[in-house]
Amino acid sequence: MYEYLIEPFIRYGFMQRALLGSLFLSASCAPVGVFLMLRRMSLTGDAMSHAILPGAAIGFLLFGLEIIPMTIGGLVVGLLVALGSGVVSRLTIQKEDASMAAFYLISLAVGVLMVSWRGSSVDLMHVLFGSVLALNNDALILIVSIAAVTFLALAVFWRALVAECLDPLFLRSVSRIGAPAHFLFLTLVVLNLVGGFQALGTLLSVGLMMLPAAASRFWSNRVGPMCLIAVAIAAVSSLGGLLLSYHASMPSGPAIIFTAGGFYILSTLGGSRGVLRSAFASSRHKTA
Amino acid sequence: MTGTSLHFENLTLGYQGHPAVHHIHGEVARGALTAIVGANGSGKSTLMKGIASILKPIEGRCRVSCNRLAYLPQQSELDRSFPARVIDLVSMGFWQRRGLLGRITAQDRAELAAALKAVGLTGFEKRPLDSLSGGQMQRTLFARTMLQDADLILLDEPFNAVDSRTVRDLIDLIKRWSVEGRTVLCVLHDLDLVREHFPQAFLLARSLVAAGPTAQVLTAKNLALARDFQESWDEQAGLCVANPAVASADNVRVGLHV
Repeated sequence: MYEYLIEPFIRYGFMQRALLGSLFLSASCAPVGVFLMLRRMSLTGDAMSHAILPGAAIGFLLFGLEIIPMTIGGLVVGLLVALGSGVVSRLTIQKEDASMAAFYLISLAVGVLMVSWRGSSVDLMHVLFGSVLALNNDALILIVSIAAVTFLALAVFWRALVAECLDPLFLRSVSRIGAPAHFLFLTLVVLNLVGGFQALGTLLSVGLMMLPAAASRFWSNRVGPMCLIAVAIAAVSSLGGLLLSYHASMPSGPAIIFTAGGFYILSTLGGSRGVLRSAFASSRHKTA
Repeated sequence: MTGTSLHFENLTLGYQGHPAVHHIHGEVARGALTAIVGANGSGKSTLMKGIASILKPIEGRCRVSCNRLAYLPQQSELDRSFPARVIDLVSMGFWQRRGLLGRITAQDRAELAAALKAVGLTGFEKRPLDSLSGGQMQRTLFARTMLQDADLILLDEPFNAVDSRTVRDLIDLIKRWSVEGRTVLCVLHDLDLVREHFPQAFLLARSLVAAGPTAQVLTAKNLALARDFQESWDEQAGLCVANPAVASADNVRVGLHV
């Protein structure tokens, strides 16, 4: 048991860093994912993860595989896409899903063009799929910083984020904080995706955000507990995925997301609000 | 502006260049209890949105003079599948007093319990929103409106799906608000209810047909006038040119004697 579960992390420094990085990512991404899901924007995370590609590519093309330029590039382009689609949806008749789709597709096309223009397919693979086993100090510091910013922002704006999801019209009638809170939230989404792409790549970083969040809905009917459950699922998936990757010689990012996918299926079936519970619900009922 | 809660100056609200309600002039006195009456599409809900600053006027303006405004819309954008309990939704009513970070105090919790009691929902505190009936949800929203402690309260068809006994209880509550000096505007279709409980009324038909004491507003002649209006948009219609002289002659003040 020790040999399987503990030893890889004691023996190898890169495994320790991978675990540390993915645990902080789990704690930071999962609550953001819960809010994305509750706002019916589950696929927005996916779109945004594609959208940050050209920014990461610019940083990569200019400075090579350096965390800071790639992060700043990804952040700037991600925010531009979020802002552009937000502005179009608020000023025109178009809904945000359509404008987001338009902006992220343009962004993705530019990103792939840039990578193929200068880089090799190996470089593209790195940007798209990352490598949690190659996290350096800079990447770890970035992930921890993003987690700290996310916690702080969620703590301060919790009430506004819940109100904006639950009853946006009411929030508009009592406060002007709705629109700023929405953009702040999209910033958190971009920040966390950027934090995740070094470890998991732009395509899979959204997995750690959405799969635990989606799974948590089958266990609770309150936002706070859902966030905690999502963090726990993400953390256990990170640990399980890294071990799977180590023992079965699998790529680490997909192994983590695959494990999270397993928890999603389990939750869908066996969660307290899952399929099995409702299928085998007792036919007896209370008097009132 | 002393004693005036609302002041309409040529207020025109609409969508895509078509007026939902246009050229409204008038005032609503502080503490007035006013019903907004009119057929479907006559501009009642749009007027509420304009007062609540959710919709910007196409022309003119609406001066709102109040410390706190509470707005209970007809079609809420509320997400009933959201994982929240009755108590979570009702406590949103503290927003204007507690803001983003203010703590909900023991006194607030007592106030919340009293609001739930007033709408007959004691014992529902921990019920998930998706398990409430339409009427129970409407009463939950009423409880939230109570907690807003607003001096201008806008209610858009608040008795939808509410049973008759609860309607009576809620009407008593609305009247109490008025006695406390709060200004209440309430969109209603039940004219008997309006005549019985609302001293003032606005009658709309995409413009103001009449305003003032309810008995003088809801006359057979005015109601016939209010039924005879073009509900649909006319793409071929020319640009509206308001006659300021007519507009100022129509100027009304509602609730003077409150």
